[in-house]
Amino acid sequence: MKDFPILRRSMRGGKRLTYLDSGATSQKPQSVIDAQSTFYAEKNAAVHRGAHLLAEEADAAYEGARKIVANFIGAEIDEVVFTKSATESINAIAYSFSNSGAGSRFSLKPGDSIVVTEMEHHANLIPWQQLARRTGATLKWIPVTQEGRLDYSTLDHLVDSSTKVLAFTHQSNVLGTINDVAQLVAAAKKVGALTVLDACQSVPHFAVDVKSLGVDFLAFSGHKTLGPTGIGILWGRAELLDAMEPYLYGGSMIESVTMESATWAPAPRKFEAGVPNMAGAVGFGAALEYLNSLGMENVHAWEQELTQYALDKFSELKGVTVIGPKDAIDRGAVISFTVEGIHPHDVGQVLDQHGIAVRTGHHCAWPLMKKYGITGTTRASFYIYNTLADIDTLVAGVISAQEYFKVI
Amino acid sequence: MELDSLYQEVILDHYKHPHHKGLSAEKDVQVHHVNPSCGDEVTLNLSVDGGIVSNISWDGVGCSISQASTSIMTELVTGKSVADAYIILDNFSELMASKGTMKGNEDLLEDAVALAGVSKFPARIKCALLGWMAFKDASVQAIDGSEKP
Ligand SMILES: Cc1ncc(COP(=O)(O)O)c(C=O)c1O
Repeated sequence: MKDFPILRRSMRGGKRLTYLDSGATSQKPQSVIDAQSTFYAEKNAAVHRGAHLLAEEADAAYEGARKIVANFIGAEIDEVVFTKSATESINAIAYSFSNSGAGSRFSLKPGDSIVVTEMEHHANLIPWQQLARRTGATLKWIPVTQEGRLDYSTLDHLVDSSTKVLAFTHQSNVLGTINDVAQLVAAAKKVGALTVLDACQSVPHFAVDVKSLGVDFLAFSGHKTLGPTGIGILWGRAELLDAMEPYLYGGSMIESVTMESATWAPAPRKFEAGVPNMAGAVGFGAALEYLNSLGMENVHAWEQELTQYALDKFSELKGVTVIGPKDAIDRGAVISFTVEGIHPHDVGQVLDQHGIAVRTGHHCAWPLMKKYGITGTTRASFYIYNTLADIDTLVAGVISAQEYFKVI
Repeated sequence: MELDSLYQEVILDHYKHPHHKGLSAEKDVQVHHVNPSCGDEVTLNLSVDGGIVSNISWDGVGCSISQASTSIMTELVTGKSVADAYIILDNFSELMASKGTMKGNEDLLEDAVALAGVSKFPARIKCALLGWMAFKDASVQAIDGSEKP
């Protein structure tokens, strides 16, 4: 905790900060902040371009970060593409698909289908809605049960020979549910569909190995993983990245250019047009090294403990309903809840008064809210720097909101 | 507590007992506004007769601020000319933008001055304005509609 300077600041009324919004973005350790500023102070130059010492050092730092990412997720170095965010990564896949010529394994047409789940973040829903619209393919989704799990019984009829893409989240940012990747990948493999995993809420929280998961693509964001904003990762299996069309064109992504046409550099370069976010990549490398030093097993074990403790405490609260699995099995450290008689925005306001930062609203998963017949929830999401005392503070805050609005 | 400047008694009253809530069948226009950041929604029915707001009703889901503010707004504009309603609306928008520096003109804004505290909470200003923006949109449409031959 001492590594996170922001946790020392004071909030309204001099209260200490209880940061429970890591699902939206994580806080940054000093080493990440330093890595970014050291890059600017000592190495800043455009990568892949200059013939001078700074450019060499900047190159080494940027490519060094790529190697750290690759090791972190068990990937090959050239399979790791730097983007600006998970959102960009997922859009990149969708646009690459629609840039592919008819007949390519990535092209979609009327009669094909794309399957997502009902618990997707808008970032893993709308790009597919739009790809379906551009290509005439049909969008289908795996429904969510009342308990907040995927209804796997629908897999067989939803994922069929028409399915070209199965895109799903590893862990729901609202419910905390960790999905059964093996079962979903098996269903996709059976029909030859490509799989896209939204790993925004998994890579920061437990060890993820792309090879053993068996997915084809994976996306996550630096800023939810202790890293800076403006840096994200697109991982794809090497042979797929090789065969795919770029989605952004310009400098640095070419092999040769004439006035009429151009050819592309090999992946990952062909997906990184323009001068990239070098400082962001370097800061992100430092973030992953920080996580490595903690050990992802320890990160996961601590979050499991927080989750169990929070679920126990919440089950004792009157008038409070947890939206999502009520047990800590296959479930991450996210508690979404509703408070009878108080709108989430008002709950969040009272919590803010106690220095507690939570997210309120639909969490970019509007269809999921509609499914549960609610307009939104209050969401507390935990990370390595949270403590059991933070959960006690939260519980006391919720009770004080109930008292303030006279609902208990 | 700072919270009390946000949640004044008047606001909580309007929240618990909203005025003009429940859509009336009588309407010239209907609009539906949402606050995309939190998912709050308001549907507003409006009738304008000879430049006067003759009937206004609404329904929606949202936080105490958005619900109370909409309720207060409907009270304020009922029976007024659209031109007068716009004066109130402009005054209220100014109050919301005041970052806690204005108390609000009670003669003009009546119960809406209780919302002055909202201006200190930037994230809540949109909540307070949701119903008012719906009214503005509806009134423009109602007037446009009545001007057509
Ligand atoms: C599950 C999930 N997917 C995608 C995203 C989008 O990430 P970003 O906004 O960093 O692109 C988020 C972040 O809110 C998320 O929680």
